[in-house]
Amino acid sequence: MQDFGDAFLTAFKLLISADADLMEIIGLSLRVSLSALFAAGLFGLCAGAGLAVGRFPGRGLVLVLVNSMMGLPPVVVGLIVYMLLSNAGPLGFMGLLYSPTAMIIAQAILILPIIAALSRQVIEDLHQEYAEQFRSLCVPTGRMMIELLWDARYSLLTVLLAGLGRAMAEVGAVIIVGGNINHLTRVMTTTIALETSKGDLAMALGLGVVLLTIALTINAGVMALNATAKRQAYA
Amino acid sequence: MPDLRPANVVDLHGERDAAAGADLFPLRLSDLTYQAGGNVLIKGIDLSLGAGGATVIMGPNGAGKSLLLRLMHGLLEPSGGTVTWGGKAMSEDVRRRHAMVFQRAVMLRRSVAANIDFVLRLRGGTDKARRNAILEHAGLAAHADQPARLLSGGEQQRLALARALATNPDVLFLDEPTSNLDPASTLVIEDITKAARDRGTRIIFITHDMGQARRLADDVVFVHRGKVLEHTPAQAFFNQPASPEAADYMAGKIIL
Repeated sequence: MQDFGDAFLTAFKLLISADADLMEIIGLSLRVSLSALFAAGLFGLCAGAGLAVGRFPGRGLVLVLVNSMMGLPPVVVGLIVYMLLSNAGPLGFMGLLYSPTAMIIAQAILILPIIAALSRQVIEDLHQEYAEQFRSLCVPTGRMMIELLWDARYSLLTVLLAGLGRAMAEVGAVIIVGGNINHLTRVMTTTIALETSKGDLAMALGLGVVLLTIALTINAGVMALNATAKRQAYA
Repeated sequence: MPDLRPANVVDLHGERDAAAGADLFPLRLSDLTYQAGGNVLIKGIDLSLGAGGATVIMGPNGAGKSLLLRLMHGLLEPSGGTVTWGGKAMSEDVRRRHAMVFQRAVMLRRSVAANIDFVLRLRGGTDKARRNAILEHAGLAAHADQPARLLSGGEQQRLALARALATNPDVLFLDEPTSNLDPASTLVIEDITKAARDRGTRIIFITHDMGQARRLADDVVFVHRGKVLEHTPAQAFFNQPASPEAADYMAGKIIL
């Protein structure tokens, strides 16, 4: 219990002193996860809107696949990306293995199905409300997707948040494709795993506190935004 | 009762040639049938509507009025028979000349002004002056920046009607647009509708309100159990309905 208290104290001191190593790790974590979110959000939201509005043979099968892929095991994603980016793999010539880019790719693949599946549900619900009006006005499908994405924007923020949460908390994939290299690919989760195994609980706890604080701050911000939107009947 | 009607509803949908939609008529339904879930809901309807004026469709709940309207507008595909507009089959070009106001107003999750901008953009560019004129004449200018979903029921339905008229339609379908509104709001909707009719928009209107039907109708289509039992000029219908079902309906009797 004494160790636990000491660890917290040390973690707090690290944070207050803005320890350079700690800041570097936090910065890289945010860069990797936000980049992955941007890429997966771009494709995931479009895919979600397309699946919500589109009707094509095999749509049901695609929905089952996308929904199932929400539970993709990170280590499997890491392994696949590793095989693709390793020297022997088809994308080995790009030299991306053990780089932040590789970590971004792995995280983006991991959260893409989450964003696509959840946004599909949100947009499909809204589409049910608008469908007859849109059909009456002869709104083209592409335009329909844009309008639905815009009108569902506040609900979709929560979807993106779920993706970001998954990306930031993920450790299995990034440790495989990033290698947890100091000052290069070391992010919060991989550091927590490493420091814990070394017995340096202070650093691990400090990062844990930061991770929780970031998650809480983002959640609070999005909740406040959603509440405002609901009050104004835009959500 | 305060007069909530907009000061000038006549110009709500701008200048239009009164004969603009004449080529769409007659609207002809031939042996029109619609079935769903194994039930035949519209049973071989034959009907012809000419250009101009306002047709009111009446009938008890479940008669198939809303289905009929949706088949005319092309929102539903008939299971059998045909719908032709001026001899032409239903197409997107024809449907783009229609507009429809639903029983429950569908408000986009944006401001009142943005709801109008949406249809103006859809029909070829946002014209702020036109949007403002539309809102002004619908009596909604003061609410332009408010979220549309926070308007009262009457205001929402007025916005839905203004939005429909912003497309400058040749044919306007209204599916019981005033069924949940108070008398003042109902009158506003009626005034806007009459103004549109006077400017050449063909009106096809569903209502259960006998008074409203008398105020609006040039002719009445009475529907019962998926069939058109009569289609007569309004005066004749209200004086002496031809079918016993219509007579019972007007007498307030329950018809099954």
